[in-house]
Amino acid sequence: MAHSRFIRDTGLTVRMTAVMFILGALFVGLIVTLMVAFKQAAVLIGLVGIGIALYQWYNSDKVAMRAMRAREVSPEEAPELHGMIDRLCALADMPKPRVGIADTDLPNAFATGRSPERAVVCVTTGILKRLNADELEGVLAHELSHVAHRDVLVMTVASSAGIVAGMLTQSAQYGGLHMVGRRSNNNAVPAYLLVLVVSLVVYAISFIALRLLSRYRELCADRSGAYLTQKPAALGSALQKISGEMAAIPNRDLRDAQRMNAFFIAPAISGATLKTLTSTHPSLEQRLDQLAKIAAELGRPMG
Amino acid sequence: MGFWDTVRGRSTPPKANLDSLFLIPSAAITLQTAAGLNPTGLGAVCFRAAEGSAFAQTTTDVIELLDSDEYGAPVEQTTDRFGFTWLISRQDDLSVLCTDLHAINTTLEDQGFGGGLLCSVVPFQAADGRKVGLVYLYKQGTFYPFAPTGNEARDNMLELQVRDHLAAELPMEQQLTRWLAVWGAPGL
Repeated sequence: MAHSRFIRDTGLTVRMTAVMFILGALFVGLIVTLMVAFKQAAVLIGLVGIGIALYQWYNSDKVAMRAMRAREVSPEEAPELHGMIDRLCALADMPKPRVGIADTDLPNAFATGRSPERAVVCVTTGILKRLNADELEGVLAHELSHVAHRDVLVMTVASSAGIVAGMLTQSAQYGGLHMVGRRSNNNAVPAYLLVLVVSLVVYAISFIALRLLSRYRELCADRSGAYLTQKPAALGSALQKISGEMAAIPNRDLRDAQRMNAFFIAPAISGATLKTLTSTHPSLEQRLDQLAKIAAELGRPMG
Repeated sequence: MGFWDTVRGRSTPPKANLDSLFLIPSAAITLQTAAGLNPTGLGAVCFRAAEGSAFAQTTTDVIELLDSDEYGAPVEQTTDRFGFTWLISRQDDLSVLCTDLHAINTTLEDQGFGGGLLCSVVPFQAADGRKVGLVYLYKQGTFYPFAPTGNEARDNMLELQVRDHLAAELPMEQQLTRWLAVWGAPGL
């Protein structure tokens, strides 16, 4: 009987599932409130919310590539990069994603796309310049893990509640709710206020919970990536290099990249208030700590 | 990846599938008679070496084990430019060679490093000097031919021929996108 060194990480799984449950409950709670207030119209609003989320998910590869001004590269243009991804995909037994390069000095990498078959893994010229082969491989394995875990889909579905709540608060500005409310029943004003308050609360909670979920998914990707390359230390040193460089990048570049932060390997924002609550990525210490544990697990002698 | 793996953000490393390695000797006879391709007496296992002393110890143990018998040359260890390790065994008897390859794989798997196994290659050579490697992909449990011709180019015609010759004997990889090139593989 073959052993596996792939240890369970129950704590992380439990916390992550709890957050996903909260986000799901928020969505249901919001729709139920809407149903009380608006009757049938609520189902429509809910469907539109999910529709918007799924539309974003479906086009995620194109949107992300365009936002980063990345272009797809063929195996002839970037043989080393393709060769590395080829091997990692054979090792992980997953279909090979398309490969893109973004011409920016910001050292980063991201993966996106609606399914593992339609995924794109993209690196910047900045990261290619700064990392050595082992470190780059660690980063690519991290991104491939995002693809394998279908993180774009998970985050998209998880954001449905936030999208509906955001939609409702915004439409309140233009009196949209008021109209829906009046059509449905006569006491429109209390219903309108109730929905506004509930959406604001849902929006705030889902904002925090989404970022918490994002941090957990990053830790999961680090973990799977380290097991794929069997070199947690290489990913650790890549993260240190990238995060160290991040602080030194001028602000103009950071602003350019802001929309893409959720899918980056390291967030392109340095230093912020409420950082622990609202950042999309776990702290460097937390990530290195996890990688060190995996390294210890790999070194453990077995019978 | 099932639904629960997706929810939990966990990719369980696929299991290696080793038994088909013992089908190589009979396939070699087919290649010899049908295509004039002869075994080169060499075989190699490609895997990703993990960090830490446990893996180094495992590798040393398996090399010692294989060198302790009286056949063949000592096992050779090299690292390629992608950072993968190759263990190369030289045996004139193909069935002994396959037992060697199998032993390397089972040892790594028993020590919990099965996830790092990439492929095994058994190279064949024709009288006119053309070479083709029979590559075994662990994660799929399938074989595919790889025929490099000098400067990072592949002889696809030869590869497809070899596939057709062996289709009845070996589980050949149906998806051509999985026919990963292994440039610089030992013996090719």
